[in-house]
Amino acid sequence: MTNSDLVLSVSHVTSGYSEGGFLSKRARREILHDVTFDVHHGEILGLVGESGTGKTTLARTILGMVKPDAGTVTHYTKRPQMIFQDPYSSLNPAYTVAWILEEPLRIFGKYDAPERKRRVADMLARVELPEECLRAKPEELSGGQRQRVSIATALIQRPRFLIADEPVSALDVTIQAQILKLLKELRDEFDLSYLFISHDLNVVYQLCDRVLVMKSGAVVEQGTVDDIFDHPKNEYTKQLLAAAE
Amino acid sequence: MNRNKKGYLRAGLILTCVLFALILLGFFWTPYDPTAMSGSEKFLGPSLRHIMGTDNFGRDIFSRVLKGAGLTAVIALSTVAIGAVCGTIVGALTGYFGGKVDAVLMRFNDAMTAFPSMLLALVLISVLGSGKYNVILALGIVFTPSFARVTRSAYASLRDANYVKSARLMGAGRARILFVHLLPNTMQVLLPALTIGFNNAVLAEASMSYLGIGVTPPDASLGYMLSEAQSMIASAPWYAVGTGLMIVLLIFGVGLIGEGLQRRNGGQRYA
Repeated sequence: MTNSDLVLSVSHVTSGYSEGGFLSKRARREILHDVTFDVHHGEILGLVGESGTGKTTLARTILGMVKPDAGTVTHYTKRPQMIFQDPYSSLNPAYTVAWILEEPLRIFGKYDAPERKRRVADMLARVELPEECLRAKPEELSGGQRQRVSIATALIQRPRFLIADEPVSALDVTIQAQILKLLKELRDEFDLSYLFISHDLNVVYQLCDRVLVMKSGAVVEQGTVDDIFDHPKNEYTKQLLAAAE
Repeated sequence: MNRNKKGYLRAGLILTCVLFALILLGFFWTPYDPTAMSGSEKFLGPSLRHIMGTDNFGRDIFSRVLKGAGLTAVIALSTVAIGAVCGTIVGALTGYFGGKVDAVLMRFNDAMTAFPSMLLALVLISVLGSGKYNVILALGIVFTPSFARVTRSAYASLRDANYVKSARLMGAGRARILFVHLLPNTMQVLLPALTIGFNNAVLAEASMSYLGIGVTPPDASLGYMLSEAQSMIASAPWYAVGTGLMIVLLIFGVGLIGEGLQRRNGGQRYA
């Protein structure tokens, strides 16, 4: 397998948080143990495991928000983006949707104002939001609409790799299905690869190509969706599947 | 939002706008020359000719109050501007980055806050000398820690918000995150703090000038006029009453605005 097929390579990553501060002793709490996996071009890799197993820490480590204590994270694409679980804190409450969507393009600094406006309008239409939303502040939108704005904001710089951390678990079931469908369409349209974090195995089964099962900070099993769901080898994976039925 | 919550803000804005309109007018026009003396019109009580009466030199007190309020307002606004800008920068850096710089700066801040502010201003004035510009500088320095504390807590509570993480992933610089992405979200706590700061500055300036360490003649602020009025409290009580009334109304109006802003924020002050 050549590197051109990869978007992300995580190799033997061990990571943790510092506790304590200026006047107290610093202690390191380990959260990830020797995590190794790759994300291939165009695939949706599911990351499952119960809460507290370090899924979000892994995402933060991949994006450089947490420094790994050991191991390496190699990105083969530029400016990976993240979609967060809580659509109520991922959009800046002080600004309108128009400003929020345009901001990544202003930061990127490649386009003039009319071109930015055009791209914002295109992206808004692509995530199936009406034009009126541009003038709204995040608080005026519903959870589903906010998550669509989050997706649009994440995609407007045209990244090739996206981490979605429980992007639908705060939404109603009907809205969940719509957002999942949208994510799948966007993957093909924008030539994206996802790391899709979820504790909901049904969602993972619908959306993902491959699955990574994590327990207590370590990857216990990985394989294609069919392998994992039909022939789980690890005891913990079997428990998870049994609990989801 | 119910009417009661809006009532404070509206009443405060109306009162403050009227007062500031009068103060602005006072910069260009006063009924009489505030420094013109008149031997025949000494110690006149309030009347239609002199609505706040005259003092021992026959000067029109209303004209003097307008001019004095102008200087007081300029000093208070400048003080708040210095304190708010410096305090916000310190608060933003310490609140957002945390760590050792935060620990050291905030302990320094605590030390400054623990020191009586009037005493600190007095020390600064004795080093800098009196006069209106030094009063502004001294009070600006004295007021910085209170703004730093308020903005620091706001920044500290917002720094882990997901929209901040997104902005970082998109490549936004630190200055852009601090002052474009986060600053507008601190307004809920910063605006009430500005109103409280303005009122404290008015009072601090008045106290300093009253004590004779503030503005110096020929400048006359409300505080300076109060100390003048004290010597003629028996012969021209309307001088002290007129000057005091102006201070009270100014503080009352801005205080109402602050109260209104805080009530509007309700429980979710850092949201």
